[in-house]
Amino acid sequence: MKSRREFLKEAATGAVLLGSSAAADKLARAGMLDIHAAPSTARKSKVVIARDAALHGAGTHPDEQRVLNLLDKAMAAYTGREKPVEAWKSVIPAKILSGGVIGLKVNGLGGRGISTHAALILAIAERLQQAGVQAGNILVWERDARSLEACGMSVNTDPSRVRCYGNDVGGYEAEQSSWGTANVRLAKILTRECAMVINLPILKDHDQAGLTFSMKNMYGVVDRPDQLHANHCNPSVADLNAIAAVREKVWFTIGDAISSVYDGGPSFRPERLWYPNALVVGEDRVAVDHTAWQLIERKRAEAGMPTLEAAGRAPQYIATAADAAHRLGTCDPQRIRLVEV
Amino acid sequence: MVAFAIAAVAAGVGCKKKAVDPFPASGAVAGWEKTSDTRVFAAKELWQYIDGDAEQYLQAGVVSASTSDYKYQGQLEALVDVYTMGDSAGARKILGSGKTNDGRSVQVGDAGIAYAQSVTFRKGPYLVRIVAYEDTPGAQQALMALAHGVEAKL
Repeated sequence: MKSRREFLKEAATGAVLLGSSAAADKLARAGMLDIHAAPSTARKSKVVIARDAALHGAGTHPDEQRVLNLLDKAMAAYTGREKPVEAWKSVIPAKILSGGVIGLKVNGLGGRGISTHAALILAIAERLQQAGVQAGNILVWERDARSLEACGMSVNTDPSRVRCYGNDVGGYEAEQSSWGTANVRLAKILTRECAMVINLPILKDHDQAGLTFSMKNMYGVVDRPDQLHANHCNPSVADLNAIAAVREKVWFTIGDAISSVYDGGPSFRPERLWYPNALVVGEDRVAVDHTAWQLIERKRAEAGMPTLEAAGRAPQYIATAADAAHRLGTCDPQRIRLVEV
Repeated sequence: MVAFAIAAVAAGVGCKKKAVDPFPASGAVAGWEKTSDTRVFAAKELWQYIDGDAEQYLQAGVVSASTSDYKYQGQLEALVDVYTMGDSAGARKILGSGKTNDGRSVQVGDAGIAYAQSVTFRKGPYLVRIVAYEDTPGAQQALMALAHGVEAKL
């Protein structure tokens, strides 16, 4: 069996840089090369926005069946496979499906009014199990029990069911991990439990960062996120995502844009709540965040509000994450293949 | 218990403010039930509660924050946050920064702003924010009643 280094070398000199996504995918699915960790410069990054205008009906809470249907629609558009199970199998490496722990990193920091929706979390857990993942190998995860409760989830450590607990249970590594300005103790759930993490942020305006979505959600995997807020979280968001465990394990985002706060975030601001009724899906975290930024800007313009840049808090960490030092993805619209369904 | 906790936080940062329990007990305001324990955060711990939002409060001189959940007539759920600032200027600064054109000025405390699902007001060094999770008929009226209940305890 070839070593990871050999595979990387082959990839760097061959298929990946030639832009053969099929070849790169094949390597990735073999579980030997994580193309997700450093998107190739030759491939366009695909981002899907799936919408259902009737997701909420007349109420505040989204319809669970419609959320499941929307997830299926997003995954079908992303993978090109209509059957949900096949779609999931094409994204998650076989060896993880058959025995690895998959973390679902949600976001409940904004409280009950603006947190990752339980309907989405449960829909993903359901499809993962249908794709062959043992229930106990799915771990819904946030900083603490209260944040999970804000998402509508309850703590469960019983491995016979989908597990759900926070860093307050799992703990943090004693040793710091470092990249640039990010000197953090990572959650053991990330470093020791999970083979991979599906990132489930919720789309929000952010008073400091400008935008919180895919990359910013990683603040929930460290012990002291408050120390990463200087200079509008730039370059800290990018630096944190460049840490090996984050870069390599957190490579798929199913972003919750079912509801959102377009100003006054990250806390719940009902007067600035809006319902995009959408999911934003992609493997390139930078492209996903860039796309999400455009959604927020469009809504702010519609509401007659200044751009985030004019408000003095453009999410500059997105460009930083794309730079030559970080290489976490692309924010160049010419290199993002946006699919809206 | 709550007053003690707030006093302890205040003492920890050298503040000599009078300890108060700003949270009306269940039934003290008609229809409103206090549904959770009060949680108190010192300034240096505020990030644990409101993450990136903490920065603006720190810059305005927050001393501590306390929060509790409420429910109105068994239906409408709401959250009450009380921020104790170093002085009234801090509370004024936060209230002013959150004001937008669609907010309605209301008579509660020294100054207040209301939206369909929220009421924010200041009284002396206190900044109070009350938020409902749903927009139901009568929500604003109920929130205003609760706001007056909190104001009376400050």
